[in-house]
Amino acid sequence: MTPFKYTRASDAADAVRKGAATGVKFLGGGTNLVDLMRETIERPGELVDVSGLSTEIVETDEGGLRIGAGVRNTALAEHRRVRTAYPMLTRAMVSGASAQIRNMATVGGNLLQRTRCSYFYDEDGSRCNKRVPGEGCDAIEGFHRGHAILGASDACIAVHPSDMCVALAALDAVVHIEGAKGARTVPLVDFHCLPGDRPDIETVLEPGDLITAVELPPMPFAAASTYRKVRDRASYAFALVSVAAAIEIEDGQVRDVRIALGGVAHKPWRATRAEAALRGAPAGETAFAGAAATELAGARPLADNAFKVRLAERTIVSVLCELAGVTA
Amino acid sequence: MSIFDDAKQAAQGLVQAGMAKAVALAPDSWVPGGKPDPLIRQRHGAIGKPVSRLDGALKVSGKATFAAEFPVEAMTYAAMVYSTIAKGRITQITVSEAETAPGVVVVMTHRNAPRLNPPPAFLSESKAAAGDSLPVMQDERIYWNGQPVAVVLAETQEQADHAASLIRVGYEAEEAQTTFEAAREQGTQQSRFMGQPLHDEVGDAQDAFAKAPHKIDATYTTPRHNHNPIELHGVTLYWRGDGSLRVHDAQQVVAHTAYTLARTFGIDEKQVVVTSPYVGGGFGSKTLWQHQILAAAAARLAKRPVRMVLSREGVYRVVGGRSPTEQRVQLAATDEGRLTAILHRGLTVRTAHNVIAEPFILATRSLYGAETFLLDVHHVDFDMLGNTFMRAPGEAVGTFALESAMDELAHELGIDPIELRIRNEPEKDPISGLPYSSRNVVEAWRSGAERFGWERRNPVPGTVRDGGWLVGMGCATATYPYHRMPGGAARITLSADGRATLDLAAHEMGMGTSTAQTQVAADRLGLPMEAITFNYGDSTLPGLIMAGGSQQTASIGASVIAAYNKLVGELLKLAGNDSPLAGLKTEEVGSRDGGLCALDEPDRFETYASILARAQRDTISVEAEPPMPLETMHWSMHSYGAMFAEVRVNAVTGEPRVSRFLGSFDCGRILNSKTAASQFRGGIIMGLGLALMEETQFDERKGRVLNPSLSEYHVPVHMDVPEIEVMWTDIPDPHAPMGARGIGEIGITGTGAAIANAVYNATGRRVRDLPITLDKLL
Amino acid sequence: MSITINGKAVDPPEDPRVSLLDLLRDHLALPGAKMGCNQGACGACTVLVDGERVLSCLTLAAQMEGRSVTTIEGIGSPDVLAPLQQAFVEHDGFQCGYCTPGQICSALAMVEELRRGVPSHVTGDVSSEAIAFSSEELRERMSGNLCRCGAYNGIIDAITATCRETAE
Repeated sequence: MTPFKYTRASDAADAVRKGAATGVKFLGGGTNLVDLMRETIERPGELVDVSGLSTEIVETDEGGLRIGAGVRNTALAEHRRVRTAYPMLTRAMVSGASAQIRNMATVGGNLLQRTRCSYFYDEDGSRCNKRVPGEGCDAIEGFHRGHAILGASDACIAVHPSDMCVALAALDAVVHIEGAKGARTVPLVDFHCLPGDRPDIETVLEPGDLITAVELPPMPFAAASTYRKVRDRASYAFALVSVAAAIEIEDGQVRDVRIALGGVAHKPWRATRAEAALRGAPAGETAFAGAAATELAGARPLADNAFKVRLAERTIVSVLCELAGVTA
Repeated sequence: MSIFDDAKQAAQGLVQAGMAKAVALAPDSWVPGGKPDPLIRQRHGAIGKPVSRLDGALKVSGKATFAAEFPVEAMTYAAMVYSTIAKGRITQITVSEAETAPGVVVVMTHRNAPRLNPPPAFLSESKAAAGDSLPVMQDERIYWNGQPVAVVLAETQEQADHAASLIRVGYEAEEAQTTFEAAREQGTQQSRFMGQPLHDEVGDAQDAFAKAPHKIDATYTTPRHNHNPIELHGVTLYWRGDGSLRVHDAQQVVAHTAYTLARTFGIDEKQVVVTSPYVGGGFGSKTLWQHQILAAAAARLAKRPVRMVLSREGVYRVVGGRSPTEQRVQLAATDEGRLTAILHRGLTVRTAHNVIAEPFILATRSLYGAETFLLDVHHVDFDMLGNTFMRAPGEAVGTFALESAMDELAHELGIDPIELRIRNEPEKDPISGLPYSSRNVVEAWRSGAERFGWERRNPVPGTVRDGGWLVGMGCATATYPYHRMPGGAARITLSADGRATLDLAAHEMGMGTSTAQTQVAADRLGLPMEAITFNYGDSTLPGLIMAGGSQQTASIGASVIAAYNKLVGELLKLAGNDSPLAGLKTEEVGSRDGGLCALDEPDRFETYASILARAQRDTISVEAEPPMPLETMHWSMHSYGAMFAEVRVNAVTGEPRVSRFLGSFDCGRILNSKTAASQFRGGIIMGLGLALMEETQFDERKGRVLNPSLSEYHVPVHMDVPEIEVMWTDIPDPHAPMGARGIGEIGITGTGAAIANAVYNATGRRVRDLPITLDKLL
Repeated sequence: MSITINGKAVDPPEDPRVSLLDLLRDHLALPGAKMGCNQGACGACTVLVDGERVLSCLTLAAQMEGRSVTTIEGIGSPDVLAPLQQAFVEHDGFQCGYCTPGQICSALAMVEELRRGVPSHVTGDVSSEAIAFSSEELRERMSGNLCRCGAYNGIIDAITATCRETAE
């Protein structure tokens, strides 16, 4: 680890002030950042500990939830309102990492998790455009079984590893940010970037920007939502594919639907094409399969991750069938 | 390996082969084990009891001291830099920034490292322990991607790690041999195991195969594996003023390591003391690798103690793993399912600097009574870190191929796979012609099948469904040979207060050795367990005893028998003519209740205390070596198991999960039913990992391991592991010490095939390429 | 502000790079918490911070100011083992013993999480207040603690034998 200075922020304004200097990183639970610092992939000169800030979950006037960025993953997962009104979020939280890591990791930090691509981690021995823009990507012709099938570029095929963010993408979550120019909000689906030719730019955050909260709008039909994670190990493994979904059915027809995918792209992937195809369609396996195929039509898999296309389609159909109470 | 070495090995092989013939024909009584160990008859002692681990209280309270935890004054902490090319030379290495970083004590590279001899590679001679025979940081040559190129010592670990990150290395890369296909084109070589070629022929197997009415011809592949004990490889060491080296290590070969370090540093073997009281798992990996040598070299430069704990990535860069294999199995059978030919041939990967080729045909040599055999292992040499043995080398991956093929044959014939195996039960070892010392695998099959509920299996694949899961059952034979390496020795010290101390340079890595051997010693000496002290894990103790090859129990057992017999002789001499034991010969005497008695007349008895008191002795100490392990040239000695798996495959996602598992074992007498059950289960769980998830990703473009971490190399977690049932025949092997054959490795054998066969039964998909991940089942 | 470790006040390290794990092992001679990966992938370094299980390898010691840390050394000693430690011995919940302190610390906090009703990946209805004490729940909740020797069955047996009543 490169030497750094450790300070604590007293409040958000203090954090934003401290964060304006170059080389400063905010520290939440540290579950990803400390690891990356030990690998010397991250080399901040100063860590500003923001883990004690904004640790509350409050109901909004609209009937949604505002989740402080410092809320620990476990606290979010076990929150009563989350469990009843947004169960897909609880399910996503408890399928991520291990209980110990969930006790440490914060919501804000979870949004900023970096990819687990082996070549990104191999700082000494491999090329990675995320670490060194323009250097090249060793994953494209290397081990890429776990890599992106949607929205990838010639520069980067890494995937975003978060489970939580997939549920947040499906739930129309909004990220609250404070920065030098004041406070602003960004929809979660716009918060993360696709790699393009600058995979080192992963979010829309400007230097010094602090995530203060994530807000969930009310979504009554999300009370019956779910999250399905497919992985190589029965627990404590990153997703090969995951699906967060909520569906509202009226008279056998899909009135509204939310679908987001994990493990398939550089960002949590909101399946807007599938959603559009489903709205107004009869709730049944045929429509679900058609919608899934529509979404995955844009997939550009490589040799070893082609299975993810079929896996994603099948998992979407299965999850929607489960929520709709129809047999696949 | 030079041509000369190859020739030497071949010559050794010839000598061994000639001797083997003579030993095979010798009368039983001339061979060790010819007369059963008297303890086999004793059924009411400590042996077999479910005794809890004697070191348990220390381990559960964090008070067992592991290698990297020994406190030493003036310690320095080490960090390493590893090469990023597979072959070539270092053209420049810039250490100035590191040298001036805070807290740095020494930066060592090939330019300032002490001159060292290349260490002898493991199995190249009897006491060798090193992963390969390459020079260690002696010049600018690079032999593998991940080779250490610099060591930093600093006052704290944080300072050492940071300084290491400041070192810049320039390389001139040369073309390296790191791809299977290119290496194959350049030609393959005959592989050897313990000096003997891995090649067997009985009859004309090719002809028998061609003529057979039923046949299977399939190719199976297994990937690289890493042992991944949870304890990182770490060492705490220092040089003493007298030039001796004190090493606290995590070790499964203490004496071998002391010898090899001494050879490397050009000092006397006795000047190196290696101790290892607790080892956080080994599985074949806790031997001598470059990190201990480099730590000792850096300690010499710094004139200070060194603690070197490899990072998890460092373990993958410096400690070798299991090599990949590509195995073709051909089976031929009659209509009745009698095997007429077994052909098992294939390829694995090695380096030119070690002598270890994954010997995947070993199990095939003695499992089934086919009429003809053609077995062969060839290898190609890679420019890579020296591979090594990992739990059940050969058998773990070899049984995956053979036992998958047996399942395929059973389907082809329409015969129950258990029945097919029983129909091919051999009378004697089909390759060596030797009689089996004890083989009760049929009993293991029958009792296991009943317990598991095998009769409920639907033989038609893909027909059983439970909700969203396809359910299947599979089975396979497990087997692992009985080994006993030469070089064992033991010291027994008996004191007048009725206590006994056993000293052996043996190891406890969690197998339960110290507990089980205390039970055995208690029974052998007729003492309560509390009166026994079992000392181990120290290279200054007697014996060259490897915790490997599932042979440590036999090696310790035979050594203790030898020492015990000598002790009895000495005690009888001391007892003299006034003792009730007067006139008895050593072989007529046994132990009970803290003393010796006549085996035929237990009332002719005198306590140790009484004998020693009369001789005015406080203690008596004897040391002895067992005879050469000729029993394995006289009998075919193997452990067996019948493995049963129930697997669930998700109908939507293809996720495979093991829902039930049973292992029914025939491993001779079980010495401690509690720790033995854990050994069996532990092997099975590693086999579950082998079947479903484990793979070291070796990027052939650079010869570099790309998943050197426990998050990307998947080992089974709690949720992957169902309740695993184990049972055993407990039939003593009359020719093994205590009647016990090894149990540490057999659990991983057969398991991969049992699970693969269950996956086939569940889905109709035959996966011949490990691991069986969901993408292969979609 | 100091860090409380097993009831004793300890100064935070001067070097902020020092992890809680290194503080314990290298600076305080408390090697009970083990290092198995130093990257949050094995659970061997699990300790309790204010009663919650965390990974000490990914925790900077500096972050622990004002917090109370309990390590295996604070749970019981060889002479006076805590009931769960004793059960690990009885049920052979370990072989080499290296992951064991982490397993035990993890299990102690896990039972509290279960009692509190924290749902897990295998909980059928996450909105339910009470979670059933089952082998499946235990196995999922303990999955952050790897055991390469494969003592998983014994660990679950030990936890079940000791903690079932506490949890219910």
